[in-house]
Amino acid sequence: MSAVPATVPVKRGETEGSYLEDGHTLASWLLTTDHKRIALLYLGSITFFFFIGGIAAALVRLNLIVPQGLLGSAETYNRLFTMHGVVMVWFFLVPAVPVTLGNFVIPLMLGARDLAFPRLNLFSWYLFIAGGAVTLWALLVGGVDTGWTFYTPLSTGYSKSHVVLAAVGIFIAGFSSIATGLNFIVSIHRLRAPGLTWYRMPVFLWSMYSLSVLLVLATPVLAITLLLVTLERLFHIGVFDPAVGGDPLLFQHLFWFYSHPAVYIMILPGFGVVSEIIPTFARKPIFGYKFVVWASVSIAVISFFVWGHHMFVAGTSLYSAILFSILSYLVAVPSAIKVFNWIGTLHKGHIEFDAPMLYALGFVGLFTIGGVTGLWVAALAADVHLTQTYFVVAHFHYIMVGGMVSAFFGGLHYWWPKITGRLYPEMWARVAALIMFIGFNLTFFPQFVLGYLGMPRRYASYPPDFQVLNVLSSAGATILAVAYLLPLAYLTWSLIYGKRAAANPWRATGLEWRTPSPPPTVNFLETPVVTTGPYAFGAGDRMHHHA
Amino acid sequence: MMLSLPRASENAAEVDHLLWALLIISAAVLALVMALLLRYIVKYRASSEFDRGAEAQKSWRFESAWTAATLLIFLGLFVWGARLYVRLFDPPRDALTIYVIGKQWMWKVEHIGGQREINSLHVPVGRAILLVMTSEDVIHDFSVPAFRVKHDVLPDRYETLWFTPTRVGTYRLYCTQFCGVDHAKMHGEVVVMSPPAFERWLAQNGGAGDLAREGRAVFLRFGCGGCHVGTAGEGSATVPAPSLAGLYGSPVPLAGGGVVVADERYLHDSIVDPGREVVAGYEPIMPSFAGQIGEEDIVKLVAYIKSLAPGERP
Amino acid sequence: MPLARAIECTIMPSGAVRHDFQYATPAYQSQTAVAGMWLFLATEVLFFGGLILSWIYSRHWNPAGFDRGSQRASLAAGTVNTAILVTSSFAYALGLLRIREGDARGLVRCCAATLALGLAFLAVKFGIEWPDDFRRHLFPSDPDFGVQGPQQGGARLFYVFYFWGTGLHGLHMIIGVALLLWIMHRTRRGDFSKRYHTPVLVVGLYWSFVDIVWLTLYPLIYLIGRSA
Repeated sequence: MSAVPATVPVKRGETEGSYLEDGHTLASWLLTTDHKRIALLYLGSITFFFFIGGIAAALVRLNLIVPQGLLGSAETYNRLFTMHGVVMVWFFLVPAVPVTLGNFVIPLMLGARDLAFPRLNLFSWYLFIAGGAVTLWALLVGGVDTGWTFYTPLSTGYSKSHVVLAAVGIFIAGFSSIATGLNFIVSIHRLRAPGLTWYRMPVFLWSMYSLSVLLVLATPVLAITLLLVTLERLFHIGVFDPAVGGDPLLFQHLFWFYSHPAVYIMILPGFGVVSEIIPTFARKPIFGYKFVVWASVSIAVISFFVWGHHMFVAGTSLYSAILFSILSYLVAVPSAIKVFNWIGTLHKGHIEFDAPMLYALGFVGLFTIGGVTGLWVAALAADVHLTQTYFVVAHFHYIMVGGMVSAFFGGLHYWWPKITGRLYPEMWARVAALIMFIGFNLTFFPQFVLGYLGMPRRYASYPPDFQVLNVLSSAGATILAVAYLLPLAYLTWSLIYGKRAAANPWRATGLEWRTPSPPPTVNFLETPVVTTGPYAFGAGDRMHHHA
Repeated sequence: MMLSLPRASENAAEVDHLLWALLIISAAVLALVMALLLRYIVKYRASSEFDRGAEAQKSWRFESAWTAATLLIFLGLFVWGARLYVRLFDPPRDALTIYVIGKQWMWKVEHIGGQREINSLHVPVGRAILLVMTSEDVIHDFSVPAFRVKHDVLPDRYETLWFTPTRVGTYRLYCTQFCGVDHAKMHGEVVVMSPPAFERWLAQNGGAGDLAREGRAVFLRFGCGGCHVGTAGEGSATVPAPSLAGLYGSPVPLAGGGVVVADERYLHDSIVDPGREVVAGYEPIMPSFAGQIGEEDIVKLVAYIKSLAPGERP
Repeated sequence: MPLARAIECTIMPSGAVRHDFQYATPAYQSQTAVAGMWLFLATEVLFFGGLILSWIYSRHWNPAGFDRGSQRASLAAGTVNTAILVTSSFAYALGLLRIREGDARGLVRCCAATLALGLAFLAVKFGIEWPDDFRRHLFPSDPDFGVQGPQQGGARLFYVFYFWGTGLHGLHMIIGVALLLWIMHRTRRGDFSKRYHTPVLVVGLYWSFVDIVWLTLYPLIYLIGRSA
């Protein structure tokens, strides 16, 4: 067993012919078709939106410190929580892992030189920026106050805010998602290296494939829905308007038909990232590989058939409620399978606790909590009590923030050496991961209790006896904010002062680790040939801890 | 700080039992996951260098086992939740009907005797209460956590919600579907009283007359009798109209086939969208009164038509 | 790699066929491009599908009103347009056959025919039929709406779908016209040959798809409910 050093002694400023060195002009970045540079363009953009959405969240939690609402204006509060939802869902959670880690890593994992349609990839970034700009403009001229769900007839006939602008911004950004998903599907089908059969692909690729099917099939329905809302609002006539025989429930069906698969769009990449990190840091193949990959596929398929569980008290029929409840329980099964498989991967492993692993372990715990509370709201009679309360808010934040954001940070740290050629400071990263776990639980666990006790969501003010739990939650949010600012600081620091990384600092498997860190523009000077399955850790092949 | 929620309706206790079961199952799953995680990260940490032995093979045994166990538990939860939920669609026939109209940003409640309330609902304990609800503008949601019930309130149609209060007291009522600026202010109270106290309250708060009598005035004002003339409101030879006397609660054959029961929803929809469910054998000539008759007046009309016994002249 | 270099890789002068550097052969890239277009068309199915499902749902609750609305639609314009559009797809398919024989001039002629028919469709739809609909007060928010009586609400709703559906379809036709012009330009420039004409195929898929969308709209607008 040779101890291969993780760091490479390289003089600062020495060019290595990496993609980062291939052109230094603004045009070489803004007109690039290199998937790696596009991934970085996206990384900057989604970080920006994460902080916009985060500031909105901070103000929301600030307002809720006192029962009458600290900000003093319900209208402002309503616009804040709407923008928090809109920005976080469409400009952070949906894109984050796919457009940054996915764009960067997928061609490398495939052994390919780029995605199938590189110019489409660049175009998708411009669509994202255009959509983001329009949405930001909506925010700057006063925002939207309908909630991110835009229910009619509030959004079409009664709201006096900038619904059309926001809808147009999201509409444009949706096409960015579709382009990305299309690119991924075609790439995974057509650009696999010789010997890389489907069952030899890392789980991350299966997750990204499943996610891309959702992106491509569900997002167009959102597009037509937003278009109908816009037309209804502009022309004062339409399909959701009861005054002409239209149906506000039709909006809900259309909206949730997209938005339920959307939540799986948001979490599937997280599953993929965690499925890469855990085997690497346990030095073991993933347990039950075929079950894990087919679990991703079945989640993608079943997710199209559960949208009605958002409408159990909306006025739909008993039969639809029963059908959707049972299907919602069905879709939870593959997620449970994944959790057990991740735990099984740890069994008899050789576990290291670098920051990516800490984030991945945090993901497993927090996702489990979020997932089991999903069982509560899938139970019809329980949902009648819990829906539209803080219970649901806590449930989805456990999955989206406790799960997905943890996974995003885990993946970012995991592939950071590959992307930047630098190592981040390990101690700070572990501290941030722990602070995030603590801050997150303190913020959102009290909300389960608030929900059971009846506190409704989207309330700018509330009865005084809910104050203690609200204050606890807001205190947690402050801690969480610190946990998010830390990586911004030390990851930026590492770009200049971090130790140089070798090609494979984690001694991981996967084709992306067979090329230098950072990779050259063409990724591989020679197309790799794959002869083994994924996670083929040799016997006695221990990771040499580098810090 | 509020630490517990009263159980003030007949199904509240059962919903709580379901929630307890969910809590126990969730805690058990979480405990299992956490215990295994902790055990493995301690026992199998890299710095503890013992021989791990052969890796676990034949993963499909584990997979089938935990998949089957998961499915079974989920199925059990589904059945439990569905059984309680189904009851919400089956109000008792002798339930006391009360009308609720939501609007930005208040709840208007109308009792059959004409008593009106804003943001409060007085009900007698131990009696099934059926709320017939509609909205004048956007979608709201009538929610009473102490009863473990809520339901969306939609414009231009009737939705129903029923419960049986079991404890005298005052309980919170919230709007729980975001409805605009003062959504957070659209709350109130449900006051459950003993039957004698309720009767006293009704007497003290009596409106100008009962709802049905006011409905008759609306019937005349909008000229409904112009077409619905005749001994039972069945119209004339030149302009036949479906009879109104004894209509409420009876089955109505529809022009497109099918039969519907003439409940509050049917009466409401026949006034605002008469073209949708045309009675078999009649022409679709009734004009729509959507936008002309407000929801409060429709409530009165519905009460009036309900009160017409068979053979009674409108 | 910079955009300019990437474009260079695929736009080739007549003769050697270059290909993007991540593909092993030009043929493989061609097939991949076609696969990409099929996938894009799948997303369009979901896009129009959402509209059409909403249409069917709304019709279910307002059958009489939708019938009345359908009866006011101009069957002549709709049928003429259907004939025009189907012929245009046929013309384009002929062009594809021509370039498969290496006949670039034949392709240009067929594209011109397709273009003319496509423009004729747009002229009939937006130059004749829509103005006539407006004249007859059929735009749904028209205060003096052309259908009176109890069916007015349903008929209004029908016309909402009519205008939004044909409008969206027309927008896709305009994009198709632009794509046709692009193909004609590239053909004249000598970009296509017997060996390489993938963009012709890809645009053909798009044009035929837009045709199929129309074939779905046609009965919904002009046929169902006409005889009720």
